[in-house]
Amino acid sequence: MNPNSRIVIAGIFTVVLLIYLIRLFYVQVLNEQYKLSANNNVIRYVTDYPARGLIYDRKGELMVFNEAVYDLMVIPRQVKELDTTEFCRLADISKEEFIRRMQKAKKFSRFKSSIFEKQIPPEQYALLQEKLYKFNGFYVLPRTLRKYPTKSAAHALGYIGEVDEKLIAKDPYYQMGDYIGISGIEQSYEKELRGKRGVRIVMVDVHNREKGSFEDGKYDSVSVAGEDIMLTLDAKLQAYAETLMQNKAGGIAAIEPQTGEILAILSSPTYDPNIMVGKARNKNYALLSTDPYKSLFNRAMMAYYPPGSTFKLASALSAVNEHIVGPGTSYPHSFVVGSKSVKCHPHPPIALEGSIQYSCNPYFCNVFRSFVDNKKYGTSENGYRVWREYIMSFGVGKKIGVDMPHELPGLLPAPEFYDKIYGKGRWKASTIYSLGIGQGELGITPLQMANITAVIANRGYYYTPHIVKAISGKPNTTRNLSEKHSSKVAPESFTVVIDGMQKVVEAGTARVARFGNTVICGKTGTAQNPHGKDHSLFVGFAPRENPKIAVAVMVENSGFGATWAAPIASLMMELYLTDTITRPDLEKRIMEGDLLKDYPLPGTKIKIAPPAKRDSVWQETEQPVVLTENKKQN
Amino acid sequence: MRKQTSIFQNIDWLTVSLYLVLMFIGWISIYAAVYNEEHSSILDISQNYGKQLLWIGGSLMIAIVVLIIDARFYDAFAYLIYGLMILFLIAALFLSRDVKGAHAWIEIGAFKLQPAEFAKFATALALAKYLSLLEIKIEKIQTKIISSLIVTLPAAIILLQNDTGSALVFGSFIFVLYREGLSQNVLIIGFFAALLFVIALMVDKIILLQIIAALAAVSVLLMRKTRKNIVTIMLLAVASAAVVMSVSYVYEKALQPHQKQRIDVLLGKQTDLKGAGYNVNQSLIAIGSGGISGKGFLQGTQTKFDFVPEQSTDFIFCTIGEEWGFIGSFILILLYLGLLYRILFIAERQKSAFTRVYAYGVASIIFFHVMVNIGMAIGLLPVIGIPLPFISYGGSSLWSFTILLFILIRLDSYRTFVLR
Repeated sequence: MNPNSRIVIAGIFTVVLLIYLIRLFYVQVLNEQYKLSANNNVIRYVTDYPARGLIYDRKGELMVFNEAVYDLMVIPRQVKELDTTEFCRLADISKEEFIRRMQKAKKFSRFKSSIFEKQIPPEQYALLQEKLYKFNGFYVLPRTLRKYPTKSAAHALGYIGEVDEKLIAKDPYYQMGDYIGISGIEQSYEKELRGKRGVRIVMVDVHNREKGSFEDGKYDSVSVAGEDIMLTLDAKLQAYAETLMQNKAGGIAAIEPQTGEILAILSSPTYDPNIMVGKARNKNYALLSTDPYKSLFNRAMMAYYPPGSTFKLASALSAVNEHIVGPGTSYPHSFVVGSKSVKCHPHPPIALEGSIQYSCNPYFCNVFRSFVDNKKYGTSENGYRVWREYIMSFGVGKKIGVDMPHELPGLLPAPEFYDKIYGKGRWKASTIYSLGIGQGELGITPLQMANITAVIANRGYYYTPHIVKAISGKPNTTRNLSEKHSSKVAPESFTVVIDGMQKVVEAGTARVARFGNTVICGKTGTAQNPHGKDHSLFVGFAPRENPKIAVAVMVENSGFGATWAAPIASLMMELYLTDTITRPDLEKRIMEGDLLKDYPLPGTKIKIAPPAKRDSVWQETEQPVVLTENKKQN
Repeated sequence: MRKQTSIFQNIDWLTVSLYLVLMFIGWISIYAAVYNEEHSSILDISQNYGKQLLWIGGSLMIAIVVLIIDARFYDAFAYLIYGLMILFLIAALFLSRDVKGAHAWIEIGAFKLQPAEFAKFATALALAKYLSLLEIKIEKIQTKIISSLIVTLPAAIILLQNDTGSALVFGSFIFVLYREGLSQNVLIIGFFAALLFVIALMVDKIILLQIIAALAAVSVLLMRKTRKNIVTIMLLAVASAAVVMSVSYVYEKALQPHQKQRIDVLLGKQTDLKGAGYNVNQSLIAIGSGGISGKGFLQGTQTKFDFVPEQSTDFIFCTIGEEWGFIGSFILILLYLGLLYRILFIAERQKSAFTRVYAYGVASIIFFHVMVNIGMAIGLLPVIGIPLPFISYGGSSLWSFTILLFILIRLDSYRTFVLR
């Protein structure tokens, strides 16, 4: 045995515990860092919510900003006896509601804070703040609400909401109480807009007052505001288009052809985005989602419309490029299928250019037949396959890849679709000829129509349409926007079709669209619709050389393309190009036009019509694809 | 030999008093730690403090049973008890459910037992039995090996249960071996190895190796007269280098992520106040906010608002520090120091080597628990979840400490009957 070992062991015990006493003396007596005791301070973790990024239009006009509101928080364990009457008056709630909410908060946790009252407006907060010292356990958390000064572009901008448990489970970044973009660019640019959450550790005294930050903020993390976004939208054009579309249903997209920048995109009927924020959101959302006109449905990107005569452009371009028709090609003034025939209204004898000018149906049925049944492809199936590839190269039948969520691909059947219906090798151009005039199993969104128009304006290519121009002042590089998508149609094939489009406005179906000296190229469309009046369509771009704007307008159940769609597109072009409106009478007629009274209200089942036997002439056929809500709006 | 008339005869009442006082402090601290108005009765058995009272009642009964049993029983059956405990530990390994990553609990109905707690007194008994054998000489290499085996076997099984804290407790038996004749160099080398390990975590490996080389060179220069010293220095330098080199391996490979994090927090490499650093920081705030005299009974805010986790078990010291301040902490540490001194005093008055070795075992275990638990709460040691003796909430811990201490009291009360 070591003689000294007992002393050494006792010594070690003593020294260690002595060190602890010294440390305790330091921590408890000397060190001010942990000195919260004097006022019985408690530490509170306060989430520092970042300001969400602002959104501007292409000219720098503010479209979305944040307004301060306050969430009233409660930590049940800290709540002491209080004057309930006064509190309820300040918080503007009933006593029963107070008791109910306290119980709910206690149920969640006695020690953790939960939201007692959401989104208190600044005026009420001012009153509450003064008296808050009387109410232990309550404190306010600054939050923000989105505000939309232009009151427009509801569908494109989208809205935000609080994350739910499902989202939190999916993405660990989010915590209870965080906001997240739910639709529109709020959703697709969530990462850029949301910023970075911070946390402040503050000391709160017994009177519920903040006494400053813990350890001079050494452990605080500062929130980083979200990035500001500049849109490609022209707020003025957007608002104007929405005004023109009031009391009408439909969709509009306007694109700057050279860049793919979306100048305006709207779905009508629309709503004031300001109603989708704050406490009223749930109520208003419920109202909108049961709205018979489907105001929440983003027709511009999700509605499948038959493009009607506007589709003749793409069809003609494909045939010209394949040397199936040329500028001088003419056809008999009818299209005969079995015992039926497609007829046209009287007009002088025409070639390709004139056929566009007069929108001659038999001509384009013939063009479609010449293409699909062409001997050089062997079979009609192969002919159709080639034709379909042409159409797809305009961005039809697939998602274009726009930087907004919930885009739908549209409908452009593959040959196999017809094989299934008619049997392989048992169908040919005469079976499906209505495709050639934009009817039949075709579903195209207004955005896709505008994109086809942009391809024509550019003589052969498009850039992916997009809505975000710049993020934090730098060009938007989050998406691949610089890739040039070429159509299968060579530039020289466009001339004759564009000539025809110019004639449409100068001397054809869309003379109403003329203004000033601007050379406008366009095409009207009147798409058949079994559920009511025809849809009115117009696509066009201006000026002819070096085009600045390509527009597609779709007005549901309104009749001829020249009556509604063409004037709307024309007024939009005029405003965008000249910044003035020289035709107040036309503007007045459009703005005052109320077409919703003809709108097919619920009870009328709207769906894709079953592919009918195509032995009847097209005027008599059931018309397909009008409006299908393919995705749940959330 | 006199006939024993009462089980309370010759009992060391000072130790018993310290025991009762500590247990009482524990009970009211648990009450303060988990106090809420809805269950304000200290006897409410739906709450931890109510349950702790049941555990305390059980402890007192156990204490009496331990005192009733003949003192010679513990000597005679030391190995048997040890063997049974080893079997229990192995059983826990296979029978237990996973609780926070550890397989340390055996459930018998509503009861949950933690065999690791009870393995401590069993090991102390077995080691005492072995070292008190007449023919045993600690200087013999065989003795050293067998002693270490007795200690490391349960520790290894507990390590397999993923309960690192409890396994480390067995390291405290080094004091017992030292008292029984193990060279003090073992203590010193162990201490320096630990120190070097910590330094190696903080300082770059290459720099540290250069420092060691430089120190060795200087020492060799100073002591170049004696050849033996040079060899020793060289050996020490090589050993130090080996420790340094092994650190990164142990740190990266052998430690689990949460253990690594706790060490990082302690060394100030990481100040994640919401993550791993949360407990320690909250604990320090709670203790620090107590000031000199504390906030008063049930007046603590930090510990009650769930800021400090595990507040009735591993972090119970926070409640004491917050509500009773430096004075309270001071008194508590003095109580522990008093208990330890008393146990050492008891140890030294024994004629029986068995009782002496056992007493040192008891002192070492209690000391280690106090050192690690409080050290963790005041941010001097990494977070290792072991209870504060007699105070932390929990039946297994309280009962095992009771058994540990009362076997000693029983053995001590028998000291006058022992001849050797």
